[in-house]
Amino acid sequence: MPLPIEMPKLSDTMTEGTLVKWQKKVGDKVEMGDVLAEIETDKATMEMEAFDDGTLAEIYVQEGEKVAVGQQIALLALPGDKPGDAAAPRPAAPVKTSAKADSSTVAPPAAPAPVAEVPVPASGAKVKASPLARRIAAARGVDLTRVAGSGPGGRIVQRDVLEAKPGAPAAAPKRPGTPAQPAMGAPAASVQSIPALPAGPNDRTLPLSGMRRVIAERLVASKSTVPHFYLQIEVDAAPLLALRSEINATAEASGRGKITVNDLVIKAVIAALGRVPKVNAAWAGDAIIEYAAINLSVAVAVEDGLVTPVLRDAAGKSLGEISETVKDLATRARTKKLKPEEYQGGTFTLSNLGSYGIESFFAIVNPPQAAILSVGAAVKKPVVNGAGQIVAGQRMTLGLSCDHRVVDGSLGSQFLGELRAFIEKPALMLL
Amino acid sequence: MNYDLIVIGGGPAGYVGAIRAAQLGKKVACIEKERAGGTCLNWGCIPTKSLLRNAEMYQTMNKRAAEFGFKFDGLSFDWNKIIGRSRDVSDKNAAGIEFLFKKHKIDYIQAEANLEAGGVVKVKFADGKEESHSAPKILVCTGCTARALPNLPFNGKTVISSKEAMILPTQPKSMLIIGAGAIGTEFGYFYNAFGTKVTLVEMLPNALPYEDADVSTVVEKAYQKQGINVLTNTKITKAEATEKGVKLTVSGKKEETLEAEVALVAIGVAPILPTGSLKIELTERGYLKVNDAYETSVPGVYAAGDIIGPPWLAHVASFEAIQAVEGMFVAGHKPKRVTTFPACTYANPQVASVGLTEGEAKQKGIAYKLGKFPFMASGKARAIGELEGFVKILVGEPNGEILGAHIVGPEATEMIAELGLAITLEATYEEIEATIHAHPTLSEAVHEAVGTAFGKAIHI
Repeated sequence: MPLPIEMPKLSDTMTEGTLVKWQKKVGDKVEMGDVLAEIETDKATMEMEAFDDGTLAEIYVQEGEKVAVGQQIALLALPGDKPGDAAAPRPAAPVKTSAKADSSTVAPPAAPAPVAEVPVPASGAKVKASPLARRIAAARGVDLTRVAGSGPGGRIVQRDVLEAKPGAPAAAPKRPGTPAQPAMGAPAASVQSIPALPAGPNDRTLPLSGMRRVIAERLVASKSTVPHFYLQIEVDAAPLLALRSEINATAEASGRGKITVNDLVIKAVIAALGRVPKVNAAWAGDAIIEYAAINLSVAVAVEDGLVTPVLRDAAGKSLGEISETVKDLATRARTKKLKPEEYQGGTFTLSNLGSYGIESFFAIVNPPQAAILSVGAAVKKPVVNGAGQIVAGQRMTLGLSCDHRVVDGSLGSQFLGELRAFIEKPALMLL
Repeated sequence: MNYDLIVIGGGPAGYVGAIRAAQLGKKVACIEKERAGGTCLNWGCIPTKSLLRNAEMYQTMNKRAAEFGFKFDGLSFDWNKIIGRSRDVSDKNAAGIEFLFKKHKIDYIQAEANLEAGGVVKVKFADGKEESHSAPKILVCTGCTARALPNLPFNGKTVISSKEAMILPTQPKSMLIIGAGAIGTEFGYFYNAFGTKVTLVEMLPNALPYEDADVSTVVEKAYQKQGINVLTNTKITKAEATEKGVKLTVSGKKEETLEAEVALVAIGVAPILPTGSLKIELTERGYLKVNDAYETSVPGVYAAGDIIGPPWLAHVASFEAIQAVEGMFVAGHKPKRVTTFPACTYANPQVASVGLTEGEAKQKGIAYKLGKFPFMASGKARAIGELEGFVKILVGEPNGEILGAHIVGPEATEMIAELGLAITLEATYEEIEATIHAHPTLSEAVHEAVGTAFGKAIHI
C-alpha cells in the first residue's frame, strides 16, 4: 500500500513550509534516510528524509510551492505494492492545491485586507467554531470574529484558522528550554487592525515568508508586552582597533583568519556578562531565571529578514574560537542551513549595525531574554581629553535595550560600565 | 420510461442514493440484478453478524460455562439452523429495503442493466424480456465481488469465497483461510468457535494488517489462545485443489504444507464494472474514475460505493451515494469526499478504529501524545467477564485534537462512534474529558484513555 508523504513539522513554530527542491523525482528508488526534498521553514531550510524504502510514485507539490504542515506532498510506493493490492488503504489526506495554502493574498502585517472582507459580527455575537479551531486561534492570536467558517452551517473549523492570518499573538511564542511569556493581553491588536492603503496597480503586494511572519509575531509581542527602557554610552574604541590591527598583522603572516571588530566586542560582552550575570537572565512570569551559561545570540541579516544564531557556552571561548564560530554560524544562517538548536536557547543578544555606518540605535528586546546590546560604528570624532584639549578620537556608541521587569537602570548601567572597561582596556579580557 | 435518476445496483450505495433522491422529490428507478441490499445485506455485513452472534453464544457456553456457573449435559448445536437464522435475518432486511422502495415510490426493477450512451439504460429480465429506460442522471453502484487467488480458482465447494462460507451445508472439519483482513478474521473466529480446525494465513506482518499494530497483537494472541493457527508474514508458494480438499505450500517462519477440507479465499475484492456499450474511464486499479462530485468521465453518469475503489465499506458507500445525489439535485451543495471513517471487525475480541494509527502518525512526523486504557482496569469489563484489549487514543500536539482511536475488546464497534464524532466536530481531548461518561460502562475506558495521556486517569 503506497504511503502518503506529508509536509513535516520541522520546528515548533512551523505551520507551513515551502518546497525548495525535490532531491528525488518520480520513479526514483528511495531508501530510508535518503533526502527526499529541501523544505524551507520559518527559520531555516532543512532536509526532509524518507522514513521507508520504496519508490517515489507521485509528487503533488512543485518546487517553490508553499503548503501547510500535514498536507500530502508526495506518494511513496512500498516494495510490495502492486496495482490491485487487496488491502483497503485509509484514504490519503485530501491534496490541496498550492493556491489554498499560498499566502500571496496576505497583506503586510499592518493590513489584514483579505480578512477584513469577512463581515464582522456585532460585538457579543456568538462565534461558531470547533474546539480545535478555538484552541489554535488562541495559540496563534487569530481573531475568530474575522474568520469565515467553511464547516457545516458556517462553523469555523481548523482549516479556516490555519488559513487565516494571525492578528496580534496573545503571548510570545514559546521556545524550547525557556519559560513561556505570560499572556498580557494584546494592546497591539488595535494597531494591527488599522488597514493599509489598498495596493494600487503599480504597487507590489509581497507574500509573507515564514520568517517574516515569525519576526512580525515575535517583535509585536516583545514591543507590546515587554516594558522597554534604553541606556546609551559612548566608549573609546581606539585601543580595541589597535589590538585588532596588531592581531591581524600577525594573523596574515601565519595564515589565520582575520579578527573583526565585532569579534572583539563579542569577547568584551562575554567578559562583561561574566561580571554582571543578572543581565544574562529572563522573565519567567513568577520568577526571574539567571542563566549559568552565556549563550550569546548574534543577529545576522539574511536575505528576507534576520536570524540570531547562538554562540553557545561562550564564557571561556578564545577570540579565535569566537571568530571562527560566529563566521560559520553567519555563513550558514545566510544559506539557511542552521539547525534549530543553533538558533534557539540564547540568553543575551548582540546586534551590530556598525558596518552600515549606523552610529547609534536601540534594538527591540529578543524575548524571553532580558536585554539586547546595539553596537554602532567606530567613528572618528573630536573628543575632549583629560587635559581639556580637543583631540581626534575613535568613538563607538553602545545602546542597551532592557526588559525593566528584569533589569533596572542601575543594573544596566553597571553592565555597560563593565563593558566599557573591557573595550577601552582590552588587556583586562586576558584576566 | 423517463426518470430523473436511474440507480444501477441496490446495495448500500444504490438503495441509499435512490431513497435520498426520492426524498428530494425526484422520480427514481433502482435496477438490481439479484436482490436489494447488495453484498452488505445479502452476503456480507448483516448475515455474518448473525453467524458471529451464534458463535459468541456457543463459545461462551462451550468454553466458559463453569466460570459463569452453568452446567450443560450434552451441549450441542444444529448447523442448519445456525445458517438458517442468518439467511432469515438477511431475507427480512432485504424485504425491508423493498418496502422502503415502495414507501418512496421508487421503481424497483429486478433485471440486468446495460449502460448505453445518451443516458439510456437497457434492462433485461430473467425471462428474457427487455426494456429501455432513460434519465439525465445515472448513478452506478455495481459494487465488487470476491477476488480469486491466481492458481486457485473458486469452485464453490472446496475453494470458496465469503459468500459460500456463510452457507456451507455441512461444517467442515478443517479450514484454511487465506487473508487475515476483516473477512478472514471474522470467519476464522466463527468456524473455530464451532470446532473447525482453522489456519489463518496472512502475507503481511500482522493479522488485521491495516489496524494499529498493538491491536493486531492482541487479536493474534487471543486467536492463538482460542486455538486458531495464525500464520503471519507467510506467503503461499503453491496452491492446489485435491480430492480431499485443498493443499497449500507456504513459506513463513518455516516452509510447510497445509491441508484442509475447505479453503476460504479472503484476499480482497474486484470491481463489477457496468455492462453495456458505454465506455467509462477507469482508474489504474480498474475502478470507475470519478471527480470530486462523483461524476465519471461521462457527463451525467456518476458512481459511488465499492465500484469507485477502496475502502470497501458499506457505511462509506452510503455516504458517497448521498453526497453524489445531493450534488446532483441540491443547488449549491458541494459533495464531500470521504476523509475519516470508522473500520470495524466483529469477531471476539472486536476491533474498531478511526483516524490515524500510531504507525501512520510516526510515519507522517505528526507529534502526538498517547492515551491507553486496558479493559483489565474497567469495572464493567470485569463484571461481564471480558478483560481482553484496550482503548488507545492518539492526541495531537500541541493542539489536543483526536488524531486516531483504536479499540480492541468488548463492544469496541459500538464504542467507536463517540470518537468518530469527536474527530468530525474537531473536539479536543478536553471535550472528551469534560464529558461525564456513565458508570459502569465500557465507554468509561474512552474517558480514562484520554486521561492517561495527561496523567489524569483515576483507575490505572
